[in-house]
Amino acid sequence: MNGFNARAIWSIYKFELHRFRRTWLTGLLVPVITTSLYFVVFGGAIGSRMTQIDGIPYAAFIVPGLIMMSMFTESIFNASFGIYMPKFTGTIYELLSAPVSAMETIIAYVGAAATKSLIVGTIIFLTAHLFVDLPVAHPLAMAVFMVLIAVSFCLFGFILGIWAQSFEQLQVIPLLIIMPMTFLGGAFYSIHMLAEPWRTITLFNPIVYLISGFRWTFFGRGDVGIEFSLLFIAGMLALCLAIIGWMFRTGYRLKK
Amino acid sequence: MASIITVSGLTKSYASGFQALKGVDLAIEEGEIFALLGPNGAGKTTMISIICGNVRPTGGSVTVAGHDIIRDYRGSRSAIGLVPQELHTDAFEQVIDTVTFSRGLFGKPRNDAYIEKILRDLSLWDKRNNKILELSGGMKRRVMIAKALSHEPRVLFLDEPTAGVDVELRRDMWKLIGELRQTGVTIILTTHYIEEAEEMADRVGVINRGELVLVEEKTALMKKLGKKTLTIVLAEAMSAVPPDLDEWQVTLKADGHEMEYVFDTQAERTGVSSLLRRLGDLGIGYKDLNTQQSSLEDIFVSLVHREKAA
Repeated sequence: MNGFNARAIWSIYKFELHRFRRTWLTGLLVPVITTSLYFVVFGGAIGSRMTQIDGIPYAAFIVPGLIMMSMFTESIFNASFGIYMPKFTGTIYELLSAPVSAMETIIAYVGAAATKSLIVGTIIFLTAHLFVDLPVAHPLAMAVFMVLIAVSFCLFGFILGIWAQSFEQLQVIPLLIIMPMTFLGGAFYSIHMLAEPWRTITLFNPIVYLISGFRWTFFGRGDVGIEFSLLFIAGMLALCLAIIGWMFRTGYRLKK
Repeated sequence: MASIITVSGLTKSYASGFQALKGVDLAIEEGEIFALLGPNGAGKTTMISIICGNVRPTGGSVTVAGHDIIRDYRGSRSAIGLVPQELHTDAFEQVIDTVTFSRGLFGKPRNDAYIEKILRDLSLWDKRNNKILELSGGMKRRVMIAKALSHEPRVLFLDEPTAGVDVELRRDMWKLIGELRQTGVTIILTTHYIEEAEEMADRVGVINRGELVLVEEKTALMKKLGKKTLTIVLAEAMSAVPPDLDEWQVTLKADGHEMEYVFDTQAERTGVSSLLRRLGDLGIGYKDLNTQQSSLEDIFVSLVHREKAA
């Protein structure tokens, strides 16, 4: 048994999905309700005055931003919680004493969290169809984009879960950094609507590139070129993998 | 017998500068029950945690079933089942799920019959569909043992298996460990209940302040360091020890109704017969005599004290 421990990956993956199933009602109903509320408020009340952005009806324009926002939050929350809980309850002893490599651990935990995040993203996508006419210019690119976003934000959440030493620390990054960055990253508006210098300042926000890229898969155009969006996702993936690699090599907050 | 675990020159220092282990060498034989004794903070758990992969060693090496714990961690960890001291469980999981999970985590193919056997052996079968949070502390401990055994390990580590467990459950646990041994599993347990080591172990290791002070067969240890106590039940109570008995350093117990004499069984002259002769000469009558072997606990306390004095 010196090869790849695929059974361990499968066991952890099933365990994590089982954990999600215990809370499936809140896990799946909440995104549906949240999406609907956004449509009522932004699409209905405000959208009727704004009509179009870049030639796209406002209600349709916000869908990619909405999916991205939920997937960011879901991914970070699920992945960070998945690895933080065993640390908190102490059951991590079993993982650390099992014949499982760092890579296998990451594939299992991140894979499970990304799965749930993709399910939520898909539900929002389908719910949106109830409210607006939603064309998708590049369906394959959209699916790939969603997977990349889910994986990279789950990796980020995994890092957060290893780093966090309290429930408060677990919440602080998603709520105080990711959430504002998403709102200011053009989830609900085009950055071309901003006046200088804000427009240039906004370009330092990496979330802009992610939302813009995802919007491109729907409408064939975004705030920035799609190549920049892909570059940012690749950069984020590489950075997260490097940090996790370092964490496992040094045993950071996992092993004394 | 071949060694299943070899520890050589194992050291562990923490960032704070605290040295938890100061160069431990130890070989565990396949199939034995080895008890690691030591006061709190002596390094027992640190050593187990290093062997199992939960703590990184600072220096030295360990092999388990021939596999180096760092270079070939898959090989060494596959051979080990660990039951930690604290009851760490997934409260919302069902018993059978958590045990099946452990087997998968260790890369073993699913085997429902084997899981059923473990659960039956541990009297957990009736509780298999219960959530862990519904179980008592003793039952949770059993679940943790079931998890540790789920992947058919050759070595089982039990870190303080009976800490905070009531007397009856402790007896159950001892019986269980005895039965496990019959299956050929090597068992290493840490404890500070000496009676536990005395009851079960083949060999005893005493660890104190990061050093292995002694490793010995239990029986040899007790013979070597064993003292016997002779209790003489007096016919008439005494208020003070007569000066004529100073040579034996006897003490009075039970309000002067009993006299106690401690002697070394290994000594050339135990002093028992001369003491009894002297009592006869002094006209001190006695109703009963009784000797008692000192326990591992006494041995342990004297060892640890000797260390402190040194």
